[in-house]
Amino acid sequence: MANVPEELHYSKDHEWIRVDGDTGTVGITDHAQDSLGDVVYVELPKAGDSVTAHEAFGSVESVKAVSEIFTPVSGQVIEVNESLQDDPEKVNNDPYGEGWMVRIRMSNPGEVDGLLSAAEYEDFTKAEPE
Amino acid sequence: MLQKVGLKSAEELFSSIPSDLLLRAPLKTPAALSEIELLAGFEALGQRNAAARRPSFLGAGAYSHYSPTIVDHLIQRSEFFTAYTPYQPEISQGTLQAIFEFQTLVCQLTGMEVANASMYDGSTALAEAVLMAERVTRRSKVVVSNAVHPEYLEVVNTYVQHAGIDLERFDFDAATGQTAPGALSSLDDKTAAVVIQSPNFFGCVEDVQALADRAHAVGALLVVTVTEAISFGLLRAPGTCGADIVVAEGQSFGIPLSFGGPYLGLFAILERYARQIPGRLVGQAVDKEGRRGFVLTLATREQHIRREKATSNICTNEGLIALAATIYLETMGPRGVREVAVQCAQKAAYAARRIAALEGFTLPFTAPRFNEFVVRAPVEAAGLLARLAGERNITGGLALSRYYPDRPNDFLVCVTETNSRREIDALVDGLNGLIS
Amino acid sequence: MNSTNITKVTTHPTQNEALIFERSQPGRVGYRLPALDVEETPMDELLPAGLRREDELAGMPEVSEVDVIRHFTRISTWNYSIDLGLYPLGSCTMKYNSRLNERVARIVGHAGLHPLATEEDSQGALQVIYELQQHLSEITGLAGVSLQPAAGAHGEMTGVMLIRAFIDARDGEGASAQRRTMLIPDSAHGTNPASAHLSGFNVKTIKSTPEGLTDLQHLRELCARGDIAGLMLTNPNTVGLFERNISEICRIVHEAGGLVYMDGANMNALVGVARPGDMGVDVIHLNLHKTFSTPHGGGGPGCGPCCCTKELEPFLPVPRIVRDDERYRLDFDRPQSIGRVKAFFGNFGMMLRALSYIQTHGPDGLREATEAAVLNARYIAEGLASDYDKPFEAPPMHEVVFTDKRQSRKGVHTLDIAKRLIDYGFHPMTIYFPLIVQGAMLIEPTESVGRQELDQFIEAMRSIAREALETPELVLGAPHTTRIGRLDEAAAARKPVLRWKPVEAASAA
Repeated sequence: MANVPEELHYSKDHEWIRVDGDTGTVGITDHAQDSLGDVVYVELPKAGDSVTAHEAFGSVESVKAVSEIFTPVSGQVIEVNESLQDDPEKVNNDPYGEGWMVRIRMSNPGEVDGLLSAAEYEDFTKAEPE
Repeated sequence: MLQKVGLKSAEELFSSIPSDLLLRAPLKTPAALSEIELLAGFEALGQRNAAARRPSFLGAGAYSHYSPTIVDHLIQRSEFFTAYTPYQPEISQGTLQAIFEFQTLVCQLTGMEVANASMYDGSTALAEAVLMAERVTRRSKVVVSNAVHPEYLEVVNTYVQHAGIDLERFDFDAATGQTAPGALSSLDDKTAAVVIQSPNFFGCVEDVQALADRAHAVGALLVVTVTEAISFGLLRAPGTCGADIVVAEGQSFGIPLSFGGPYLGLFAILERYARQIPGRLVGQAVDKEGRRGFVLTLATREQHIRREKATSNICTNEGLIALAATIYLETMGPRGVREVAVQCAQKAAYAARRIAALEGFTLPFTAPRFNEFVVRAPVEAAGLLARLAGERNITGGLALSRYYPDRPNDFLVCVTETNSRREIDALVDGLNGLIS
Repeated sequence: MNSTNITKVTTHPTQNEALIFERSQPGRVGYRLPALDVEETPMDELLPAGLRREDELAGMPEVSEVDVIRHFTRISTWNYSIDLGLYPLGSCTMKYNSRLNERVARIVGHAGLHPLATEEDSQGALQVIYELQQHLSEITGLAGVSLQPAAGAHGEMTGVMLIRAFIDARDGEGASAQRRTMLIPDSAHGTNPASAHLSGFNVKTIKSTPEGLTDLQHLRELCARGDIAGLMLTNPNTVGLFERNISEICRIVHEAGGLVYMDGANMNALVGVARPGDMGVDVIHLNLHKTFSTPHGGGGPGCGPCCCTKELEPFLPVPRIVRDDERYRLDFDRPQSIGRVKAFFGNFGMMLRALSYIQTHGPDGLREATEAAVLNARYIAEGLASDYDKPFEAPPMHEVVFTDKRQSRKGVHTLDIAKRLIDYGFHPMTIYFPLIVQGAMLIEPTESVGRQELDQFIEAMRSIAREALETPELVLGAPHTTRIGRLDEAAAARKPVLRWKPVEAASAA
């Protein structure tokens, strides 16, 4: 069973966000990393880039698939997890911890309210066909 | 078998095709031939290719080099030539290891860090390099030397016509035949790449470092293309002169002329651009027991995964030709490749010296050359070469009027290790005799 | 002797052949050239020192001729090949590669011909090209043929560029700019969208029906938007079914102002039986390395002729090879041409082989090959139906798709079945393609296989199905009989090692 921490918010594109004031830390969910398989490469934006909610800002690659990563909120990227360049497997091993991808200064924190709770996300992944 | 699948006749195999689309009569293709008849027919056609058996000084993108006997022998092993692309590594290690060696050899020759498993040929490799430069720099202007092979320029034009890339040309120096860095006046912060060929189409060796410096000064890449890959044996590797992408035609490495194909596109880059490279890559891997093996890798760049966002549409490449080149290079080794290169340069120098000494003939370009050079005849070159072929049985070179109508008297001569002194002397005597 | 007493000798030389660089011995050579027979020019006069390389090509291997022979002979035995047995890769058409064709391609008059020889000096080669063009035109029912593209994807790019050029000329630039959508089924080869993108088209995906065919309703909806440049369709499609509504599909696309491109990868199901031109298709590419038996060579070379209607012919790449009475010549005077897609004339060596294939088969032989290819696929479809899930009911053409639906309940997936097939002495089928079929196994036996071997293959597959139920771990760990096991592809992609380096350099890096 996929791990879905209670304190995070989730998008239907399988990203999570941890909110701390006006910053949000974003990554992909345990469910997402599991269906992708071994992550071999993560392409991320640069610090300073602007991102718009629900638009692609990077991609995650496994051996035989590429998935775009969508930001759940709008704002400016203030930090990028550079360590994923050398150790992309962190996304598999610790998707909610060391596998985080970007920190975003949110321009519209209200967008978080439109995201799913842990329970809602769990229901969503169960309903989704495999 | 028909019965076993529940059918009465072969026609029923095609019952899913609407009957109005079915052919009612046999195809109008030739009747079946026996082996004897077939070979006789192709031999007769071969006889009509008079140039194939004549001493020749044609180069210009396709070169007559010696190929050790074992090259063609080994590539005809069933295990290589009747195998598919190595998608199942456990039973394709022969192909995969050979490609890994090929990639290594291309890196060594070009002085670059990463090479792919091949492109169709030099011309399409160059077009792909231009597209890649645009991806890497996210800039849209590409400045191309007029001394690049004219057919390569045409292919680049075709490939980029819908890619939003502006191609600009820059000229070569009329006296030296070299691309003049001074002609690069339009470089700016929109320039993705400067594209040159060295030795260039006229056989002149370019100052690659100077051109690289100009390109890098505006943040553009330098793309170097090489049509005569044997020149790697003698000339400074482009990778040590600032090239960012090196593409080459690999036909010189033991591949028959075969009227223009199949040939071999070499594609080599700096490691930091590896995720933007087109085509297949083979990488090293280990199995559970820690044994070394090889696999296709970084496949997410490719069309079968990334579809319209792939780095190229290429799928089938030139696998068996890359294998032939690998066998050629390993058989010749560093000494052999160098010796071939030196002989080419020496014999070309001899031929150039003797032709330049003929009354009425001049060499219009002064730049250092490898094994090709332009000759200016006192008469129209195409006619002169036709007479040389007809009366002296020598193909004396390429009349440049084929590509440059404004150069009616110029022709391009190529000399390789396969041209004996006797052939060169016969060429010189022939030119002299036909003019006087 | 008890079999458990036998242990593998780990130093077995043919199983442990190193990289050639690791076999290098300073001073060894495998070649000999004649001595230089002209007066030597001093090196500095020949080329200034600054232009010469200084590294003496260090790192390239120094080995003898017999070293090279042993090296490649040893590693070759680690490959599976068509000559060894059934190679049922769906959509790849791994048929027998006649040795006669190899001999033809090596005739000195052809193999030794320079591409820039004059027309006069290359009449035989131009005739080869011209005749092959004529035959391919007859086989496809399409008037214009260019043999310049070097492979299927290259032919696709050429074909899509023809569509673009045709529409630009027909509609004028402004109106043409409104037609930038290329429709491509969700079951298509990845090269289709990649080629469309190269020609500046946006790709829209058409759905397939549960029966595995193009969804006509969806096609009509997409065509109604008025921005359609064309449709790229594989027929038979990638699940091995003939698009029986092909005439209707072409009509819908044509009425919407678009053109129909057919991916000819599966022409081995149609040669001598039906012709794309008669179906309403405007442009198609062929794969000479599939349908016309030129060798795949471990990934190439190919040849991807582009065939089109009379209306599209003016846009084909230059030069065209044409005939004036008894003389063949290059025609560059095609002002509407998309331009050149490759230097010289294409992969001529492959054209010789394909022409030889057509001439050895004759019209009846070509049709019989098609019949046998389809019959063999039917035979496999029938033979495996009891053990594997077959997602589409319709009888297949030359290839058939199954899935791992039944086996995956036991945790055995398509990849495992494919790897286990290796232990039974067969090359795996195409797996996980087309993408619309979960756990797809696409099987194409071709005509180059007899009933006995088909039975062996079917028996192997059924045996694997039993193993998946009874001893799944056996399948999950496969292959067990190869020199190396499954390789860690994730680790290889995370820290790519793409070339050999000397030990000192590698450890310093």
